[in-house]
Amino acid sequence: MKLITHNMLTSKCLKGVMTGYPLAINATDVKITEVDFNPEFITRVIPKLDWEVLWHAANSIGHSEGLPKSIEPKFEENEDFLKKAHKILLEVEIEEGHLTCPESGRQFPISKGIPNMLLTEAEVQ
Amino acid sequence: MAAVMKLKTLQGHLQDLNGFEKPKIHFEQYETPAHIAAIMLYNIQTQYEGLEDKLVLDAGCGPGSLSIGAALLGAGMVMSMDIDGDALKIFNNNLEDMEVTNVDAIQCDFLNTSVFRWENYFDTVLMNPPFGTKNNSGIDMKFLQMGLALSCDSVYSLHKTTTRSHIQKKLKEWGAKGSVIAELQYDLPATYKFHKQQSRDIAVDLWKVQHPDS
Repeated sequence: MKLITHNMLTSKCLKGVMTGYPLAINATDVKITEVDFNPEFITRVIPKLDWEVLWHAANSIGHSEGLPKSIEPKFEENEDFLKKAHKILLEVEIEEGHLTCPESGRQFPISKGIPNMLLTEAEVQ
Repeated sequence: MAAVMKLKTLQGHLQDLNGFEKPKIHFEQYETPAHIAAIMLYNIQTQYEGLEDKLVLDAGCGPGSLSIGAALLGAGMVMSMDIDGDALKIFNNNLEDMEVTNVDAIQCDFLNTSVFRWENYFDTVLMNPPFGTKNNSGIDMKFLQMGLALSCDSVYSLHKTTTRSHIQKKLKEWGAKGSVIAELQYDLPATYKFHKQQSRDIAVDLWKVQHPDS
């Protein structure tokens, strides 16, 4: 699971959960996968993100070093910033671990890089 | 814009992917044939520039031909989802074989639980929904409606041509706009026991569906 994916995931479908965001990350295996740098895409996706959530997610798995705490003004012209964003969004991957709903504590396992967000019928709103 | 991969090359890559090991009837798992996936994706990129540098969602990805094809045509990142863990294992193997690294998958129930924080988030939503012919009629429309809610631009979806007027009616009901952008022949091999013939051709439409204000 890449951090761009984590940034858009919620557990709000759980019964009794309001926002279910952000999910806490517990990682037992983190790997770095090389992905081609695509500045057009990164520029397009940055305004969609919750950057604070991204920073805290990176920090929680020990990958926040050098990552700015907020989006820099004129980031689209700042290649250094775009490369940092690229790396944290697409290259850092959680292979094994779990996500935890911030409200209910429900855990979602991550196995072979894929989070399992399936719920039982009784758990759904 | 970089040169787009040739249609034949794309189809060749997609033909090499592994399919479902044991298709599950309750999920109505039919593979998207390589030629259909290739033509669909090639059209989306060359006619509408819907893939290159875009954030793409593949809803009901199965073994991943649409996800991998979208990545090969230059998608910025593809978010793939499927309910079936066995299909996702094959999906992972296909990603590794093709050395595609800008695709990420989630196991979830696309129809019944929204796992996404925001609506209208993805530039392009791709789907080859279950046709809804075995005890789950209307499931294709539910897929389309969910896809539209998550899209900020266009949903591209395959549907049987026989359902064309029904889809037009539904889009009107939802206040959405859409049109058929390609007519294709889906050569459905005899995947399940109840298929009497070896294979049969089914006419399918490729729909492009959007919010009314886009």
